[in-house]
Amino acid sequence: MIGKSAIVVLAIALIAASSSLLAQGVKSSLRGPAPLNEEGPAPPMTPMRNTAEREIRNYPEQPPVIPHSIDGYQVDMNGNKCLSCHARARTGESQAPMVSITHFMDRDGQFLASVSPRRYFCTECHVPQNVTTPPVTNDFVDIDSILNRAAPGGHR
Amino acid sequence: MSDVDKAPPGKGWFTRAWRFALELWDVLIRPSSVFGLGVLVLAGFVAGVIFWGGFNTALELTNTEKFCTGCHEMRDNVFAELKSTIHFTNRSGVRATCPDCHVPHNWTDKIARKMQASKEVWGHIFGSIDTRDKFIDNRLELALHEWARFKANDSLECRNCHSAQSMDITKQSPRASVAHQRFLFTGEKTCIDCHKGIAHHLPDMRGVPGWQ
Repeated sequence: MIGKSAIVVLAIALIAASSSLLAQGVKSSLRGPAPLNEEGPAPPMTPMRNTAEREIRNYPEQPPVIPHSIDGYQVDMNGNKCLSCHARARTGESQAPMVSITHFMDRDGQFLASVSPRRYFCTECHVPQNVTTPPVTNDFVDIDSILNRAAPGGHR
Repeated sequence: MSDVDKAPPGKGWFTRAWRFALELWDVLIRPSSVFGLGVLVLAGFVAGVIFWGGFNTALELTNTEKFCTGCHEMRDNVFAELKSTIHFTNRSGVRATCPDCHVPHNWTDKIARKMQASKEVWGHIFGSIDTRDKFIDNRLELALHEWARFKANDSLECRNCHSAQSMDITKQSPRASVAHQRFLFTGEKTCIDCHKGIAHHLPDMRGVPGWQ
């Protein structure tokens, strides 16, 4: 008797919960107003930054971002389009910055004659930039800003 | 001629063919006794027009993308690769077809290229690149042929559409503008020197100048 009523209560609770979930829908600023079980329209493509002017790094170890379009650049086993400008021997003609010497190092710290295989795929770290507003705000502060505003021992 | 008909058998086919050729020559050089000169000239003219038009129509048929992609070697390899590039899909919908880049537009050059292309018919019949693996193995050689052709004619097929005179470098990205002024307008380099692999995937580029 108790078991039967418990099942009935449980069933009612489940129905109420699921219906309220369906009615409510979960909203997130990242995925937009589309309900979880539907796929919203894709946002339009944003233009690619193509000024070819170097951007400052946010911290010294940051891989420099690519300030130009790389549409259709083939980087695979057969060839590396990036290196046809950024390789050591090509920088004279292209006036592009040379691939950093750290990229010639194998994992034991030995320098090789050219780009090390583990550093061959440029876009693993270096990425082109789109002109867009970030969906998530970021309060990152550059180390120089921190050093400048905090006088040692003084008040902020 | 009657003695030709009575040529003894067993003389060999070459002798018989030679006699037939001589007989044909006799017919050809003898003036017509049936048709007037005007009729002959007019008939020759009409036949010439039909032959020439037919020849060029057939030639143009072999100059279409439909013809090129009729063979699976082209359809499954190079044409499939073209589809994702800017020469097939782009914002304005103007696109290049196979012969735009691979067949010279000038008539004599076109005929010369078409004669070379008979090698490709041979390759198709005997299956020299009839699998993906065979195609990849020969890819560098095939690409080298095309690069050499573009280099030799100063990238003529590129320039049929992309004219240096009509190129507005202020509308180009800074990088492109500098490179074109420095290398293209001075004639130091031609299109294909920098723009390899823009319409198809690249072969193994080791040893190709300018590549690592």
